[in-house]
Amino acid sequence: MDSFLWVVRIGAIVLLIWGVAGTVVQGLSGQGPTGEAWRDLVVAGIAQGAMYGLIALGYSMVYGVLGFINFAHGEVFMSGGMVGFFVANYLWEVGLWETNFVLAILLVLLSSILTSTLVAVIVERIAYRPLRASPRLIPLITSIGISFFLQYTFAGLFGVAVKNYPPPPESLRSRISLLGLEIEGSKLLVIVVAVATMVGLYLFVEKTRTGRSIRAVAEDKEIAALMGIDVNRTIVATFAVGGAMAGVAGTLWALLFRGVSFITGFLPGIKAFTAAVLGGIGNLPGAMAGGVLLGLFEGVGPQLVLAGFGIPGVSQLKDVVAFTALVLVLIFKPTGLFGERLSAEDRA
Amino acid sequence: MTGVDLRRTLRWGSIAGAVMVFTCAVGLFEAFEDRLLVYPFLSLGHVLLLWFLPLAGYQATNEPVLEGMEAPSKGLHNAMAGLGAGLAGGILIGAFTVIIDAVDVRDVFVRLSARLVDLLTHGWGVPGGLVLLVAVPALLGMAGGMLHLVSAPVRRRLILALEWALVVALLEQVFSQVLRQLRLGAVGNIIFTRRALEWWAALAVAVLVAVLAERARGGIGRIRGYLFAADAVRRTRNSIWSALAVLAFLIVLPQLLGSLLSELLANVGLFLLMGLGLNIVVGLAGMLDLGYVAFFAVGAYTVGVLTSPISPRFDVEWSWWAALPVAILMSVIAGVLVGTPVIRMRGDYLAIVTLGFGEIVRILFLSDWLAPTFGGAQGVRNVPGIPVGVAEIRGSQPVGVLYFAFGLVLVAAWVSWALQESRLGRAWTAIREDETVAAAMGINVVRAKLNAFIVGAILAGLGGALFAAKVGSIFPSSFELLVSIIVLVVVIVGGMGNIPGVAVGAVLLIGVLGGPTQPGLLAEFAEFKLLIYGALLVFMMLRKPEGLLPSVRRSRELRGDELSQDAWLDRPSGGAEVDARPAGG
Repeated sequence: MDSFLWVVRIGAIVLLIWGVAGTVVQGLSGQGPTGEAWRDLVVAGIAQGAMYGLIALGYSMVYGVLGFINFAHGEVFMSGGMVGFFVANYLWEVGLWETNFVLAILLVLLSSILTSTLVAVIVERIAYRPLRASPRLIPLITSIGISFFLQYTFAGLFGVAVKNYPPPPESLRSRISLLGLEIEGSKLLVIVVAVATMVGLYLFVEKTRTGRSIRAVAEDKEIAALMGIDVNRTIVATFAVGGAMAGVAGTLWALLFRGVSFITGFLPGIKAFTAAVLGGIGNLPGAMAGGVLLGLFEGVGPQLVLAGFGIPGVSQLKDVVAFTALVLVLIFKPTGLFGERLSAEDRA
Repeated sequence: MTGVDLRRTLRWGSIAGAVMVFTCAVGLFEAFEDRLLVYPFLSLGHVLLLWFLPLAGYQATNEPVLEGMEAPSKGLHNAMAGLGAGLAGGILIGAFTVIIDAVDVRDVFVRLSARLVDLLTHGWGVPGGLVLLVAVPALLGMAGGMLHLVSAPVRRRLILALEWALVVALLEQVFSQVLRQLRLGAVGNIIFTRRALEWWAALAVAVLVAVLAERARGGIGRIRGYLFAADAVRRTRNSIWSALAVLAFLIVLPQLLGSLLSELLANVGLFLLMGLGLNIVVGLAGMLDLGYVAFFAVGAYTVGVLTSPISPRFDVEWSWWAALPVAILMSVIAGVLVGTPVIRMRGDYLAIVTLGFGEIVRILFLSDWLAPTFGGAQGVRNVPGIPVGVAEIRGSQPVGVLYFAFGLVLVAAWVSWALQESRLGRAWTAIREDETVAAAMGINVVRAKLNAFIVGAILAGLGGALFAAKVGSIFPSSFELLVSIIVLVVVIVGGMGNIPGVAVGAVLLIGVLGGPTQPGLLAEFAEFKLLIYGALLVFMMLRKPEGLLPSVRRSRELRGDELSQDAWLDRPSGGAEVDARPAGG
């Protein structure tokens, strides 16, 4: 068994080096993407990764506090993006989107955050609270059910068509020069918003009273209750904060890709969970870093590694790269790159 | 009024109102409004809209009777609370109707149309129809509350009668088909009008069920006594007889059903096959495998590329029987490849990683990279059927597929049953309950878990092979994550770890609602199938995690009746509750 893992480990490293070497050879002989194309891949990867990081925070916080994977978190993210679309569309129709884009996007962001928070809190109340004392896999299976239920509820409520946000203003579509790098405006905005949100969350968890109770409940529910912390309220707060982060991510998704539909939440959800594990589950800065790393793997990996083998159509395989990253991380470093933060009972 | 808890009443009333608003907003009511169930007045849409009201009315005064305490008195207050709950619900749906009539929100909520208002108000428009819209829920709520006034056995019979009348109406297709095959089509034509049960026939069914209910209970008890006879020799003989009886039933059944229903039942067989495999992995060994579809895909693609005359790479055109061992071998290899890295992970990580493997397999089959072998998005087409003697079994003759699927299912059921009772099966149970203790007792945990993975993979691969021959063409889109989830729902709803339970789950879910791409008996539900699957999964987890036909041992574990220190079943806040139980459980 252990020898098998060593074979996998060595094999993975050999394949990685082989692929990269192949790509380098191709690059030296003048084939393959140009330097500019590489840079765009990196920037796109970081922007998308920042968004994954925001969703990953919700997985990480809930896992830290309740010890189960909230599979429906991807749908929480989708709900924000979906409702944000209707607000954006309305603002576009009344003209505010073009005349005052900053105000418009703030309103969209607000509606998206509110929706996601609300959905997360309702789901906790109806589905997860009665299962607090159940074996760990029961809430996981429940959350899979919730995930499908929410997807098809949104399909029923708003229709199955992909909803395209109105185009962002010219200034965001053009490239902005920053420290000698030319970056597409919307990607830069996504990165800035994600980092600002992350800093805000970090301050919230570290400095406020609610943040302290969240950390205390994650550490040990019973002792937290003995210290006078309202555990139920704290758990609701955890879901609300995680939902709000997913809501921000919903708007960022709209800035990056514009299209939202009822199945939008599935893949980013799984990938964000991957990011949370990559960074160490329960570890909030780790979740953000894990998100960015995963975005980079996914953005650059197919070109960097797979193209080296002469595989055609590598961009189709970017999800394979992300899932392979998940598998490899869980095989070799299940505690994540930056260390998991779980109470003793959740670590079992 | 004494005994009416206003808060409780209003709470249940508003839940009922929310259920009704939800039913309208996702389009369930409008979609089934014209599917009549009981001719001439009750449609499926009405049932979906109003089913929760009697329940809410009942719950409004449903107090648990504590041991040693006097049961709360029954009386007018039960009916009044039910009425109140129904009224609250009715007012909510009424207000909702007024709002969607006044404000046009169709651009956002696609289902809230003028037609919906029209249907809700029975075509009488907003002020007029509202009376009916509020009164019907109020009366239903009161009816629910009044259920408290009859004794428990009578209440059970009433509910059972109502349920059966609805089931017969809903499954009109099956009943009229069976009647036709029995040369009794005329009876079918009399009791069914426009696919709906005549009202007097519904009444007759209800009365019949109410009268026979108690007798059927006795009958079931006798069957139990017969099957589980204390004397071992008699028990063996009895179970052989009953197995023969089931076999005979299965042989006769397709003749009664005709080709359309046989097709549905063949799908049931396919999913039952996979369900039995997943049952070994999830139910017996306790590993939540969400990437089960990967093995199904491997089996289907192996058979596809080896047998199809237009297979992209291989030009061998083997027969199905020759390809089958290769397909099984491939599934075993896939099982080992997926299983080896994942079996040491903790349960929830295992679930997500297997899901990842499932998606990887699908994306690889879809990719341009492997398209020269597997055809990419075009898939593999012209897969021939299964040659049996002179005949060939393929999708166009569902009866043949059905017999073949039954055969495979019987083999799979026998294998799972034998494994369950074997040394390996007991090892799985031990691991599921406590991995550390199992290892300490000398069980090779890794090998036992890997064996479970392999057996599961073989059954899924077999399912894939059958699927390839049945549908004749395979596309990557047939192997979505959804397949894994639906097989999981089948196992969970039926009862994890229990073979008859899985069979019941497959018949109820795949047969009635349908599989991921296969229509079920209620084909009109297609659009809402996954909504219902999701809701069902949540409901089962909240109310009956052990399934409809539970395995005794498993349900004890899930209810936490035994000490669970095991990693798989680790209780997040376990310590205190476990300690509070008397030792020995």
